[in-house]
Amino acid sequence: MLKIENLHTYHGHLHVLEGIDFELLEGELLSIVGSNGAGKSTLLGTLAGVYSPSEGKIEFKGLDITKDGVQKTVANGICLVPERRQIFSSLTVKDNLMLGAYHRYSKDKKTVHRDYEEIVELFPRLKQMLNRPGGLLSGGEQQMVAIGRGLMANPKVLMLDEPSLGLAPLIVKDIMNILRRLCDERGVTIILVEQNVKAALKVADRACVLAHGKMAISGTAQELLNDPKIQEAYFGKPQTKSKDGIQV
Amino acid sequence: MEIFSQMLQLLFSGLTIGAIYALIAVGFVIIYNVTGILNFAQGEFAMFGALISISLVKANLPLWLAIILSIVIVAAIGAVFERTAIHTARKSSMTTLIIITIGVSIAFRGIAILIWGTQAQTLPPFTDNTPIEFLEAVLLPQNLWAIGLSIVILIVMMYFFNYTFTGKSLTACVVNPFAARLMGINPNKMSLLAVVVSAGLGALAGTVIAPISGASYDMGMMLGIKAFVAAVVGGLTNAPAAIAGAFLIGIIEAFTEGLWSSGLKDVVSFSLLLLILFIKPEGLFAKASGKRV
Repeated sequence: MLKIENLHTYHGHLHVLEGIDFELLEGELLSIVGSNGAGKSTLLGTLAGVYSPSEGKIEFKGLDITKDGVQKTVANGICLVPERRQIFSSLTVKDNLMLGAYHRYSKDKKTVHRDYEEIVELFPRLKQMLNRPGGLLSGGEQQMVAIGRGLMANPKVLMLDEPSLGLAPLIVKDIMNILRRLCDERGVTIILVEQNVKAALKVADRACVLAHGKMAISGTAQELLNDPKIQEAYFGKPQTKSKDGIQV
Repeated sequence: MEIFSQMLQLLFSGLTIGAIYALIAVGFVIIYNVTGILNFAQGEFAMFGALISISLVKANLPLWLAIILSIVIVAAIGAVFERTAIHTARKSSMTTLIIITIGVSIAFRGIAILIWGTQAQTLPPFTDNTPIEFLEAVLLPQNLWAIGLSIVILIVMMYFFNYTFTGKSLTACVVNPFAARLMGINPNKMSLLAVVVSAGLGALAGTVIAPISGASYDMGMMLGIKAFVAAVVGGLTNAPAAIAGAFLIGIIEAFTEGLWSSGLKDVVSFSLLLLILFIKPEGLFAKASGKRV
């Protein structure tokens, strides 16, 4: 569905992504983990069209979308739920959700309103607060709004940048369950970038570790959970010396 | 009773000039919120609105049609200004962009001199201008037009921003431009829309004030600066606050002029600007943020 070949992205003179390759299958949940500064957010930003890659190719459903900007990428069906939720704080929950459908609102208002009802059903907790300004919600509720807003874009690929950041473990569990359900029940393909490695690997079909702008390790989520290097680097179980630049 | 009627008279004058400042100040706020730019050419839109409508009336067009056409033409001028001056320099620093808008305002005044000369001109009042007596104060119908139109515009703007999808998209760009971009909202389109709406509001202000105090090539400069003061007093980020600021400035000016000296009204306005900037730079009517941390 989504194929990335030799992707290079710079921030000024800083070479952040140094030749990323991976392929994403329809309906799967891919977790990308890695330490701070590994290039995870830049990778999502590049796939979302926020950053322009200097080299490489992004192919979505057989089409080259490497040079498409954000607006076109959203319309193509790839949507990013950014780090720290970034909801519209002064707008109501309902407005936040509806604005997720910006690119298709004028073309098909009826479907947008139907999708809105579905999203609200998916997050029953939000039902009571649809007219409340987004800025007054708790972190977990804001994250639900951010995911709901992303889903309103009707994406084929939904990318989430650290959705567990700053949330209580129980809320993180809820969010991860929702992501799994989105894959299983709605067929949404998900790329999940996380620092919470355990939660990210538990919910994923496949996973990869990004280190210094390169894919260091990839495999099924179970393989990575059992990988001694991952256990050493992320779960504090010293077994073998890491040689892949994986840092906590 | 005489003092009361004099106060009432000054209050009417203040509300009238405040209404004009309000229309221009709302334009300031919209452009600032959407693009982050302080557009010092905002007053020139009022000048163009006034002078174009006068020319159209001279060309025997009915007044109402001349006013509508002048607003449309000035909105188009605003669109050209946004595409050529703001859009092309959008990645420049704020200082550069402010200097660009000042440069454009000077250029606009130069163009106005070439077309209309330096002589002040007048536009006929919107309706019969027989003075209305109210509690011994005298009120001109054109003043009522100014106050009424600014109230109508306030209601329209509130409706636009709170109840229309496009208005909410504009608000989203203001609140969180990055997230708005991720939702597919085009900031360039929103910037164009903001400048076009602001130019139209400025033009309306110009056509409303032209029958009261005449119109000339340099009328926009002081109107723009006063509207900027009003917007800063209100808080620069919210339109209703800017309107409240505009009426406050208008009333203070009218009372200074009437009770003290006309030469001191600008001194009082700008002193108020400095005072606000020193003591409450977020504006008198800035709302407490509802953001969680």
